[in-house]
Amino acid sequence: MSASPKSSTGPRRYPFLVEGLTALGLFAGPFVLPLLGFAPNTVNQILIWGLFGLGFDILFGFTGMLSFGQSAFYGSGGFIAAYLLTQDMVTSVPLALLIGTVGAMIMGVLVGLIALRRTGIYFAMITVAIAEMFYFLENSPLSAWTGGENGIPGVPTPRIELFGMTWKVGTGWAMYDFLAICYFVGVVVALRIVRSPVGKILSAIRDNPLRAQALGHSVAAYKLTAFVIAAGFAGIAGGLLGVLQGFMPPDAFSFDTSGQLVMQTAIGGVGTLFGPLLGAAVWLYLRDFLQSTLNLGSAWKLVLGLVFVLLVCFLRRGLIGGLVDLYKLVFHRAEVEAEAPEEAPVPIVTEAEPMPPRHREGDLEAGVILQAKGLSKRYGGLMANSDIDFTVKVGELRGIIGPNGAGKSTFFKMLTCEVPPSSGTITFEGRDITGRSVTDVCQLGLTKSYQVNQLFTRLTVRENLTIAALAELRGKFRLDLFRNPKNIKGLSEQVEHTLGLVSLTARADTTVSALAYGEKRRLEIGLALATSPSLLLLDEPLAGMSPSERVATVKLLKSIAKGRTMIVIDHDMDSLFELVEWITVLQEGKVLTEGTPDQIKNDPVVKEAYLGGLHE
Amino acid sequence: MPGLFTWANLVSQMFNGLVLGALLALISSGLTIIYGTLGVLNLAHGAMFMMGGYAGYLAFTATGSYVVAVIAGALFVMIVGVIMERVIIRHFYSRPNEDQLLVTFGLSIVFVELVRFSFGSLSRSVPPPPWGVGVTQLGFMLYPTYRLLVVGIVAVALLVLYVVLYRTRLGMIVRAGIEDAVMVDSLGINVYRVFMIVFGIGAMAAGFAGIVNAPVVSLTPEMGEMIMVQTFVVVVIGGVGSFPGAILGGLIAGQILSITSMINPGYAYVMLFAAMTLVLVLRPSGLMGVRGRD
Repeated sequence: MSASPKSSTGPRRYPFLVEGLTALGLFAGPFVLPLLGFAPNTVNQILIWGLFGLGFDILFGFTGMLSFGQSAFYGSGGFIAAYLLTQDMVTSVPLALLIGTVGAMIMGVLVGLIALRRTGIYFAMITVAIAEMFYFLENSPLSAWTGGENGIPGVPTPRIELFGMTWKVGTGWAMYDFLAICYFVGVVVALRIVRSPVGKILSAIRDNPLRAQALGHSVAAYKLTAFVIAAGFAGIAGGLLGVLQGFMPPDAFSFDTSGQLVMQTAIGGVGTLFGPLLGAAVWLYLRDFLQSTLNLGSAWKLVLGLVFVLLVCFLRRGLIGGLVDLYKLVFHRAEVEAEAPEEAPVPIVTEAEPMPPRHREGDLEAGVILQAKGLSKRYGGLMANSDIDFTVKVGELRGIIGPNGAGKSTFFKMLTCEVPPSSGTITFEGRDITGRSVTDVCQLGLTKSYQVNQLFTRLTVRENLTIAALAELRGKFRLDLFRNPKNIKGLSEQVEHTLGLVSLTARADTTVSALAYGEKRRLEIGLALATSPSLLLLDEPLAGMSPSERVATVKLLKSIAKGRTMIVIDHDMDSLFELVEWITVLQEGKVLTEGTPDQIKNDPVVKEAYLGGLHE
Repeated sequence: MPGLFTWANLVSQMFNGLVLGALLALISSGLTIIYGTLGVLNLAHGAMFMMGGYAGYLAFTATGSYVVAVIAGALFVMIVGVIMERVIIRHFYSRPNEDQLLVTFGLSIVFVELVRFSFGSLSRSVPPPPWGVGVTQLGFMLYPTYRLLVVGIVAVALLVLYVVLYRTRLGMIVRAGIEDAVMVDSLGINVYRVFMIVFGIGAMAAGFAGIVNAPVVSLTPEMGEMIMVQTFVVVVIGGVGSFPGAILGGLIAGQILSITSMINPGYAYVMLFAAMTLVLVLRPSGLMGVRGRD
C-alpha cells in the first residue's frame, strides 16, 4: 500500500488548512450525518476507531510497520482507565484517560523492544502473538482486576469543570461533542508529528531503512517512537470506548479488534491519517446496512470480507488514494504527463560553492584523516580483503581501482562500518571506529554514496536531502515531535545548497520514482553530501552514466572536493585519472600498488592485473 | 486438572503436548515452506486448518468413512490453496509484503465467514474411526487411543513431507527456491508452477492437520485463529522458512502449552510468549533459522 505524500516539506500555502477542515467537518457532523442515516452511537464509534487509527496510520502508513496486535494497547488503555474510574481511584475521566494512555505507551515500549527486533512479516507475526497473550492475561490471570469475560461495567461519563463551569457529558450527540474534541486534538497532534523532523525520518525509514541508518539516524529508536505513538493513540481510544459504552468489553483485546483496525485503515487509505476514520465509517455503515436493511444477518461480515479483498486487489491505496488519483486524472492530466522525462537533462554545473565540511575541534591540519591497519574480511573460505594498510590525508582526493572482485566494495563497507572487519583496525580523525555502527560513523562525518542507488523513492528530491541534512543537524536521535522543520537553523540553506550543487533545484519537488537515472545518480551523491561529511566515499559514482553525464559528474565531483577529503572507486579509468591525485590499486583483496595517476597508467604490474597475466 | 501436580498427570500432559506439538509441527511446516518458497506469509493458513476439518466432516456425514473424510479434507484444502494461488496470490508476488498480509487476512475472513454462513456457529464433530476408539494401556497409564494415532498419523505425514522436500526433484527446487528464488528462476525452471504446487502442499498440510485433529476437538468456524497464532510462535521459535525448525518449534510449543495448562491454563500463553521472547533475544533468527533472512 502506498502512502500519498500529502504533506511536503515545501511551504504550505494555508498552514492550518487540514486542521480547519477537520474542525469544520466535525462541527457539521451532527447536522449532516443523521440525514445519511447514521445513528449517533455509530458516529461515536467511528470517531473512536478514527482516533485509534491515527496512531496506527503513523505506524503503518508513515513508518511502514504493519502490526496486527494493536488491540493490546487499545485494551490496556481502556482497562486501566476503566479500572481507575470504577474503583474510584480517580474521579476525573480525562485524568483516567490520560493515565490509561500513559499505561498503554509503557506497554508499547516493552512490547516494542521485543517485536522490533525483527522487521516485515516477522514483526507482524510477533505482534499477533503478543496481542493474543494480552487477551489471555485479561481473561484469566488478571481477571480479578479486569473482570475476565465480563469486562468492567459502570464506567462513568465525563464531568469536566473548566473556568467554574461544569460540563456533564451525556450520551448520543452530547457524547459526540466530547469525542469530537478528543478526535480533533488527536488530529492536531498527529499532523504535528507527521510534519515534524521525526515524521520525515519515519517516512524515510518506511522507504529505505538501511539508507536512513547509513545517513546517521538511529532507526531502531525512531521505530520504537512510532510504535509507542501508535500505542498512545490506541490507549486513549480504548479508554474512550469504555466511556462511550459505560462498559469496558474484553473483546477490546481480541484479534478481531486489531484486524478490523487494519482493514478499516486499508479501506480508507493508508498513509493519509484520515483513512481509518473513513474506513470505519464505511465499515460500520455497511455493517448496519447489510444487517438491518438487507437482512443478511451474520453474512454481513462475509460481504465485507469480499469487499475488502477486492479493494486490496484493485484499489491499492484505499478510497482516499482512489479519490486522489481520480482527481489528478481529471484535473491534472497535463502535470502527470510532464513528470516523466524521457532522458535526463545533462546537468549544468553550477558555480555554487560546496558546503563546507563540518568543523571539528582539534582539526588535524594536513594530518591523517583515515587510517586502516591490517584490515581483513573473510566470508567463509573467501578472503574478500586481506591485510590492507591504507592511509588518507586530510584534503586528499584518492582513487581506488581494481578489477572486478578485487574487494573494493567490501573495503568501502568496512570503512563505513557497514560490515565489521574480521581483523584489523580503522582510525578516523584520530578515533578508533572499528566495530562502531554505520550510524555513529556517519554522525562523526564519514559517509558513502552507493554503487546502486539507495534513495527514498516515494519522497521528493527535497525531502530526500532534508532527511540527510537532518541527520547532521539533529544528531542520531531526537524527540522533537512537535517541531516545525522550518525552525531548524540551517536546514533549508543546507538542502537548497545541496540541490544547487547536484543541479536538481528544478526537480526539487519531484518524487524520486519519477526521476531519470542520471538524476537519481546525482541525488545519490547529494544524499551523502547533505550530511556535510568531512570524508566522503563514492562507490562508482559514474556507474551507468552516459559520456556527457560522466563529464558533468566529474566536474561536480571536482567542485565538491574543495576543502573535503574524498575517496572514489570507479571503473572509468580516464575519468578517475583526471579526477584524483593518488591511486590505490586493489587486486584479489590486497593492495597491489599505489601511486600518481601517471605512475599507475604506466605500471606494468597494474596492466597485468587488468589484462590477465601470461603466466599460469 | 489444574493444581493437581502428580507424575501421572505430568506424563499424561506431556502426551497431550506431544499430540498438540505434532499437529503444530505439521501446520507450521505448511506455513513455513510457503513462506520460504514464495515469500508470502499466508494469514489464511488457520482458515485452511479449519476448512480441512469441515470438508472432512461433510465427507464423513456423506460416507461414514474416516479414511474418506481425511482424504477429502486434505484434497479439498489443497484445491482451495491452488485456486487461491492461481487467482489471487500470484498477482501479489511483486507487491509489498504488507499487501500480501492484507489480502491473505481478507481471505481468511472470507473463508471463516463462508463456513459460518454454510454451517452456522454451532460446533460440529467427527467421531474417531472404529479402530481408534477407546483407551490404550501404555503399561504405566491409560491414554486415549485416537490421540496416540494422531501422533502416528502426523509423524507419517511429516515423513512424507520430508521425503518430498529432501528426496525429490521438486523438493530440491523448493529448497533451492528458499535460498534464492531469482536464481532458480533464471536457471530455466518454471518457478511459478512450483509456487502453485508448494502453495497447494502447504495448504494441504494445514487441511490434513485440521481433519486429523477433528475427532479430538469440536469444529467451530473460528478454531483456525487460535491455531494460527500458535503457529506463528512456532515459526518464530523455529526460524521462518526452516522445515526442521517448524518441527522442533512445534514440539517445544506443544509441551509448553500442555505443561503450563496443567499448573494454570491462564498462563499457557504467557509461557509460550516468554519462550518466544527468549528465542528472539538470544537467537533472533530462530532456533534453526538462517541469519539474515527476513
